[in-house]
Amino acid sequence: MNDVHVSSLADVASNHASKKQPGTAVLGTGLEARGVHAWFGKKHVLEDISLDFFPGTVTALIGPSGCGKSTFIRILNRMHEFIPTAALAGEVLLEGKDIYESGTDVTKIRLRIGMVFQKPNPFPSMTIKENVLSGLRLAQLKVSGEDELLESCLRRAGLWEEVKDRLGEYGGALSGGQQQRLCIARSLAVNPQVLLMDEPCSALDPGSTLRIEETIRELSSTMTIVIVTHNMQQAARVSDYTGFFLSDGGPGRLIESAPTSQIFSNPKEKRTEDYVTGRFG
Amino acid sequence: MSTVTPNLPPKREITTVPRFSDKVFRAIVTAGGLSSLVVLALIAFFLVYNGLDIFRSEGLKFLTGFDWIDASPEEGLPAQYGIGAMLYGTLVIGFLAVLIGVPIAVGAALFLSYYAPEWIKKPMVVVVDVMAAIPSVVFGLWGFFILMPHAEYWAKLIHKYLGFIPFFDMPAPAYTRSPFIAGLVLAIMIIPIVTSISREIFAQTPLDRIQAAYALGATKWSMIKAVVFPYGAGGIVGGAMLGLGRALGETVAVYTVLNLVYDIRIEVLLSAGGSVASMIVNKFGEADAPELRALMAAGFVLFMVTLLVNFIANIIINRTARKG
Repeated sequence: MNDVHVSSLADVASNHASKKQPGTAVLGTGLEARGVHAWFGKKHVLEDISLDFFPGTVTALIGPSGCGKSTFIRILNRMHEFIPTAALAGEVLLEGKDIYESGTDVTKIRLRIGMVFQKPNPFPSMTIKENVLSGLRLAQLKVSGEDELLESCLRRAGLWEEVKDRLGEYGGALSGGQQQRLCIARSLAVNPQVLLMDEPCSALDPGSTLRIEETIRELSSTMTIVIVTHNMQQAARVSDYTGFFLSDGGPGRLIESAPTSQIFSNPKEKRTEDYVTGRFG
Repeated sequence: MSTVTPNLPPKREITTVPRFSDKVFRAIVTAGGLSSLVVLALIAFFLVYNGLDIFRSEGLKFLTGFDWIDASPEEGLPAQYGIGAMLYGTLVIGFLAVLIGVPIAVGAALFLSYYAPEWIKKPMVVVVDVMAAIPSVVFGLWGFFILMPHAEYWAKLIHKYLGFIPFFDMPAPAYTRSPFIAGLVLAIMIIPIVTSISREIFAQTPLDRIQAAYALGATKWSMIKAVVFPYGAGGIVGGAMLGLGRALGETVAVYTVLNLVYDIRIEVLLSAGGSVASMIVNKFGEADAPELRALMAAGFVLFMVTLLVNFIANIIINRTARKG
């Protein structure tokens, strides 16, 4: 039973179209986490995480609930600091430069490292068009050719055909899956190098999930994508690399990170194998 | 569809038998809930009953007339009661109070919600709430002795630079005890309630929208414009209306700092204004029976105006709550 499951996931992982190697694309040097620790108050929630995210690839972060993967992804674009007691050690390097360095303008960091959240969160007071272009307004950017940008972002997010005739409607009128793709289009409008996705499909039905996975595959050729997911099939389908997080009651640790096909077919760690074969978690 | 299922069963009535303790509790809370309605109705009845003669004899002139003259039997003149000027004055100072107070209150609420560090925030929230509990006569005295001398200077500045606008014109150099100063005192009095209502609405702004804005590289101010204001707009308006309701009904503080004149003047810096509530307090002590009835009638009008404002405020606040 488990063997069948493993081999099918491994097949999925080794079958997807692009076989990428680090550094093949000329998209900069990507994002690197170096010795990252995190705390909420006195509780140590992440211990010594070092992980590289390569340009033009999708990295999936998997692991059971409470292992710190959401905390980790929020550290990558400085959303971590919104939680009042949150603290951190270590470095996150974007093109070799620490995003936590003092004197950094955090709004510029978040422009280069976009984020899509678990629950679709379009701005309900804005139309579809305004939602897509909201990042420009929020970050006070000037752009020529707003209409071209609008169309290209919606196309890249796989939503253009469904909404091109109703751009003036409010974002809340769309279905959950469409709202999530709208949120992806909104993130793309400010042209980030990295897109972080924190369980982007957990609130969606299977059809919408597939649409978003296609979108992720298409986007990955032009940017660095990091996705947190509870769904191992999803990790196998969309990612090039996978990092497995686990907490034994203490802080979460990165147990293993490797090309996705290897994680699902031939993991080095027993705990990784147990998790991806569904023995726990 | 109805042709497919012709024999629909009759709809059943869904009931439950409440327990005794439930019935007792229900009676207690119903009595509590109705008591406020009863009190409201009794007040309205009392005012209408006493003022009815005046409404009959003065008619619409009671609302539009400017004169408030007691009868003088020696000269054979009947009494004239009109609260037009006072009603106008009430609206003017109420409007001024909202115009000055609400921006300050919204700014304070934004500061408390998004800018103040925790150690400032907690004591300040308490201080703002305590401000709402200061007796209005204290505001009046403070307004008279401390604020007025300064406000007089500001009024002169406004007149000097904005005097071409009719509202800020000055036919006589009398800057104290003006609607402007009364409006300032009222503004300070309504700031606490508008601040705490705005702050509560701001605190309910959905976190996911705030984070979405920040994740798009928003600055704090652009996040507030794009997320907090659209979400809280109704709440701010509702809070402003509640503040207006309080300003319209305020009596003692206005009485202390306003020179009551039975005339409609559009110059808000001039020492001549009106306020229904202050007029009532002014006349009450020495009123004879007919004038007392006229004051009751004036009270009823004021009561209805504030009730209406509060009613509108509630509608606006509720509509916002549903939208969230």
